[in-house]
Amino acid sequence: MNEYNFAYLDEQTKRMIRRAILKGLAVPGYQVPFASREMPMPYGWGTGGVQVSAAILTPEDRFKVIDQGADDTTNAVSIRKFFEKTAGIATTEKTARASVIQTRHRIPEARLREDQIIVYQVPIPEPLRFLEPRETETRKMHSLEEYGMMHVKLYEDISQHGAISTAYAYPVKVSGRYVMDPSPIPKFDNPKLEMDAIQLFGAGREQRIYAVPPHTRIVSLDFEDYTFEATKAEHSCDLCGAGDSYLDEVIMDDAGNRMFVCSDTDYCRSRRSAGHVGRLGEESAA
Amino acid sequence: MTPLLQVEGIEKRYGARIGCAAVSFDLYPGEVMGIVGESGSGKSTLLNCLAGHLAPDAGKVVFDTRAEGPVDTVTMSEPERRMLSRTDWAFVHQHARDGLRMSVSAGANIGERLMAVGDRHYGSIRSRAIDWLDRVEIDESRVDDRPTSFSGGMQQRLQIARNLVTGPRLVFMDEPTGGLDVSVQARLLDLLRGLVREMGLSAIIVTHDLAVVRLLADRLMVMKDGRVVEAGLTDQVLDDPQHAYTQLLVSSVLQV
Repeated sequence: MNEYNFAYLDEQTKRMIRRAILKGLAVPGYQVPFASREMPMPYGWGTGGVQVSAAILTPEDRFKVIDQGADDTTNAVSIRKFFEKTAGIATTEKTARASVIQTRHRIPEARLREDQIIVYQVPIPEPLRFLEPRETETRKMHSLEEYGMMHVKLYEDISQHGAISTAYAYPVKVSGRYVMDPSPIPKFDNPKLEMDAIQLFGAGREQRIYAVPPHTRIVSLDFEDYTFEATKAEHSCDLCGAGDSYLDEVIMDDAGNRMFVCSDTDYCRSRRSAGHVGRLGEESAA
Repeated sequence: MTPLLQVEGIEKRYGARIGCAAVSFDLYPGEVMGIVGESGSGKSTLLNCLAGHLAPDAGKVVFDTRAEGPVDTVTMSEPERRMLSRTDWAFVHQHARDGLRMSVSAGANIGERLMAVGDRHYGSIRSRAIDWLDRVEIDESRVDDRPTSFSGGMQQRLQIARNLVTGPRLVFMDEPTGGLDVSVQARLLDLLRGLVREMGLSAIIVTHDLAVVRLLADRLMVMKDGRVVEAGLTDQVLDDPQHAYTQLLVSSVLQV
């Protein structure tokens, strides 16, 4: 046993956060204010996601953390260790084995199940913020369903770039009511937002929690003549050969050689162990 | 004929001070009403009460809506009032910066009201934006430029286009020509007069410039200290002012 309460936060705080989560689930896409606590990490490093995870974890959970799809980046490693230490729970890098997945900026490629929960770290929960700086006004816009402004941004995209150039944090309408920022996931992941798992979003600095229950209808905003497209790099993974996963581009040397690899490390690893090989797969294995 | 707007006993107080009091009038379709008075006479307060930007302390503003006929806009729900101000109403601010989104292109500025009422076809939004740029005499090649790169007169014309694109029936204007030089003013007035006639708009124009009301307004109200001191046909009031203050106002105009 260690000197921390289970999962770091005290029980009163966890109850307060759970109430916000339940309210969020009851009103999908609505941003519920909550009394965000100081966490032992800076704002912007996932304080919202960590508080949501702390409130929902049980001793039986198996926890996975990804940062931009990867299990082995600083943010993911430190949050995983944080809960190993403060909650003593089991952790995993395998998407299918995890019961709670905390994520920054990606949804895993493998389809999530009904018995899983995914927790998103959210920097700016308000999709209207860059169009309307006043919180009083954005709240009113949400309550009155005044979402014309969102399309002004998409219009601007098309008029300046010839296509909707918003590539991440692409706004969605939840269950025909609230417009929601799905956190800065690539728009490639937007179709996956209609999933079987519970989705919880935590914004620590902005003190907001919102949620999407399983099987909720999620529509990415678009125009009739410029429809939403889930885009990715036009390549296959150079390690595992996957053509259907979201890719990171890696510069290899000063001559400009580059490779594309799955951003979801667990997906790539499980494909390679199943015998799939990409363009550079043999070399790097050697 | 039903009046488009019936104003009854509008009163707005700022604490013990009067913003405006006991203002009543009817505005008929196609009619342009001018409100003149010196700074601090309550004309902007009155306009903001009429347009729903301020909640009056007393009185009614009954608007003849398309769907339900005459409805008191003061007591109607906020979503309804906001809907009205996006569709059947328009508000032209004195400073174009207050009425425009300076960080998005001219086309998006004009398209915003269309998108707000549910238009989701980029091509049609854009062609209507270009059509309206043409109508307010802005070259269509400027459609993707931001209003920050426009001159003051162009910004004001863009603001007018942005407001009129949904085909409103009532336009509120607060000093629409303020801060523009005289030749630009003249062209703007020409444009406004053309649009008012062509679209059959009703308008309420607040100004301290008597030349503006002489050109645009059918009827005139003169305000002083929050109250209407004289009202009547524009030519009648300006050529034969009855109230002492109106006489002072008319005689104060510089003759060139």
